[in-house]
Amino acid sequence: MDHAAGMPVDPRVFETMKPYFMENYGNPSSSHSLGANSKNALLEAREKVARLIGIKNHKDVIFTSGGTESNNLAIKGVAYRNKHKGNHIITTNIEHMSVLNICKHLQKQGFEITHAPVNKEGIVNVQRIKDAITDKTILISVMYANGEIGTIQPIKEIGRIASENKILFHVDAVAAAGKVSINVREENIDLLSMSSNDMYGPKGVGVLYIKKGTRIQPVVQGGGQERGLRSGTENTPGIIGMGKAAEIAKEEMEAEGKRLIQLRNKLVKGVLDKIERSYLNGHPTRRLPNNANLRFSYIEGESLILGLDMLGIQVSSGSACTSKTLEPSHVLLATGLAHEEAHGSLVFTMGKQNSEEDMNYVLEVLPGVVKRLRAMSPLTPKEMLR
Amino acid sequence: MYSEKVMDHFTNPRNVGEIADPDGVGTVGNPVCGDLMTVYIKVKDKKLEDVKFKTFGCGAAIATSSMITELAKGRTIEEAQEITRGDVAESLGGLPPLKMHCSNLAADALHAAIKDYLKKKEAKE
Repeated sequence: MDHAAGMPVDPRVFETMKPYFMENYGNPSSSHSLGANSKNALLEAREKVARLIGIKNHKDVIFTSGGTESNNLAIKGVAYRNKHKGNHIITTNIEHMSVLNICKHLQKQGFEITHAPVNKEGIVNVQRIKDAITDKTILISVMYANGEIGTIQPIKEIGRIASENKILFHVDAVAAAGKVSINVREENIDLLSMSSNDMYGPKGVGVLYIKKGTRIQPVVQGGGQERGLRSGTENTPGIIGMGKAAEIAKEEMEAEGKRLIQLRNKLVKGVLDKIERSYLNGHPTRRLPNNANLRFSYIEGESLILGLDMLGIQVSSGSACTSKTLEPSHVLLATGLAHEEAHGSLVFTMGKQNSEEDMNYVLEVLPGVVKRLRAMSPLTPKEMLR
Repeated sequence: MYSEKVMDHFTNPRNVGEIADPDGVGTVGNPVCGDLMTVYIKVKDKKLEDVKFKTFGCGAAIATSSMITELAKGRTIEEAQEITRGDVAESLGGLPPLKMHCSNLAADALHAAIKDYLKKKEAKE
């Protein structure tokens, strides 16, 4: 139950991709029929992605190598293209590292970054975004939903503020695309990042939606593919896979979302009922359908992960001990949790293969794992161990 | 990521718990970093008759705590003082590089418990 970290490719996606490795291997830029085949397939994929985010104009869809590259292209592209207008960017303190580190990089080059805070449920303070706007502000970048605590942001409201102030609005929708309905036009989004492997597509493909008329500077220079915004021979099989994944997501998102919310709610309620001093991180309802981020006092996340892994359950954690930086999750800290609370958090992200049976199994074994670790912990109050 | 030995000590930790009337107690780390260990010792005839631990932390923290109790039990005070972090990691078949620093605190906790014991003994004498 760690779909936020990696998802399998949907078999239907894989089937669609297969012919584009050995039979239809043409370069979309070639003039002959083999090339034309690929070109048409790319066009179709572009249209499918466009439909997923509520638009018709496939030209606004730029394929990249994934969410990280899309975020780079969007933020650096806007920043470099508009630096004569201003050097101020507003974002939040719970963004994905790819956004936070791009901003850090830009900061070194003279850009100024404001990180708007979030409340304890992980919702960004819109007023603080509004208050931070100056005549130097060129970009607002806010994630659609947070992959770790699942919180969905008030995108439409922020989009309106950005548009009223004539500031470009970028949304990192990597965690949300294909899971919740997105409409870039209604939500006033100028740029939107998506990733294929977060919607049962292949890894190594992503999309940056760029609203018509939005000017950005490319990050990768070369042969001028993708309207000059992302040079390099197109990853045809990958792009076709992402197109198929987007098509499936568009069709099945609503029903699958309902199913996942039911599973998620069962898991959350069960855990909170069965395990004392356990808490839900993030917002109770404004969250991704498949996300449950749970916190357990007195114990540490990595040992919980190991304990569950031995019982066949794969989850992830907000603990430092599972990260390369030895820092607990910046997202959990931003919601006001203390370090030791962040350490004791587990992230369940369910997917298509998960069933009610899986939830029952977690609810059956998790209390025992928690109890065992609490019995070992010097932080557990004595009265709890009786 | 972890060796079989580490997983074994994580799954079946040896000597978990507190000693009711310990001769020495040592605590190292802190919950902010994600690791907190307390080692309890009981000394008889200059030997560590019993060693127990309680740990909040990752798999490596729990496994090293468990291992230190095995390494130290039955040893003389002098011998136990010579057990190093490296000895603990080696006995566990190695630890991931990152964990060598952050979670390999068990030897320190044992030494702190012995120090506590020696201090108390000195005060009595």
